Amino acid sequence: MLILTCPVCGVTAEETEFHGGGEAHLKRHGPGSSDENFEEYLFMRENPRGVHFERWRHVYGCGKWFHAARCTTTLEVFGTYPAQTYEPPKDLLAKISKKRPGWAWRDLA
Amino acid sequence: MSDPVTALNGATFNAGIASVAEVPLQGMITLRGDLSAAAIQKAATVTIPGDMPTAGRARIEGENGVAWMSPDEALVLCPYADVSAVLEKMQKTLGNSRALAVDVSDARASFRISGPHAREVLAKLCPVDLSPAVFTSGMFRRTRMAQVPAAIWLSDTDCLQVISFRSQAQYVFDLLVVAAQPGSSVDLY
Repeated sequence: MLILTCPVCGVTAEETEFHGGGEAHLKRHGPGSSDENFEEYLFMRENPRGVHFERWRHVYGCGKWFHAARCTTTLEVFGTYPAQTYEPPKDLLAKISKKRPGWAWRDLA
Repeated sequence: MSDPVTALNGATFNAGIASVAEVPLQGMITLRGDLSAAAIQKAATVTIPGDMPTAGRARIEGENGVAWMSPDEALVLCPYADVSAVLEKMQKTLGNSRALAVDVSDARASFRISGPHAREVLAKLCPVDLSPAVFTSGMFRRTRMAQVPAAIWLSDTDCLQVISFRSQAQYVFDLLVVAAQPGSSVDLY
């Protein structure tokens, strides 16, 4: 079971108080984009064994969306950060590198 | 005139490890807007003058109070009969601020769980650390109660109050009764 901390209201709770929202940091390819780009936006998802970035919503609490970085094998949560960003904070990436040397996720490493 | 009644007509359960009672009609106003703005803070605290509570906290005295629900939502409590007067006062205070204040009194049901095992009854239903050292007076926690959303706070020592949606009142009451049934104490706290 995941223990997540909502960066909006500061509440730490287990995952049943939240709701998963799929992969984080998807780039939207809209009208005018190529078929490949649109396909990638709609269907292509990471399914890593290890470090993963996801969107979560504090559905039974403050109702806000946020991002979480976690490990899919150990269920360790590396950290959570606000939804209003295109990429994870630098200090979180450094923390992950320290715990999981050599990790990679899409174009992050 | 219609005669307003609570969802369960004041149902009570006293035969268990804690007593569960439906609270009489309580005025509730939802205020949405940027809670860091001065005018909105002033409108939120109109029934209980003072500071706006910080994240996850509430100031509630008797039937009056204000609770922090999220960065853009506050819950204002007042006596049921005063709702329209309080709403009018809030609208005046808000002026042209970008905000929304709505009477939600009849959309909610609330319950009081009292007795030495009150914390335990709720701890069986919510994923919240309710130990006396962690969950203290002044805290206001929105959470999940079995399958439905709920908000809880400590109204007195050994007395917790719960707000749920009115349509789920029977479900919430039944949950509390099962969690408080005789002989079910865990004696954790």
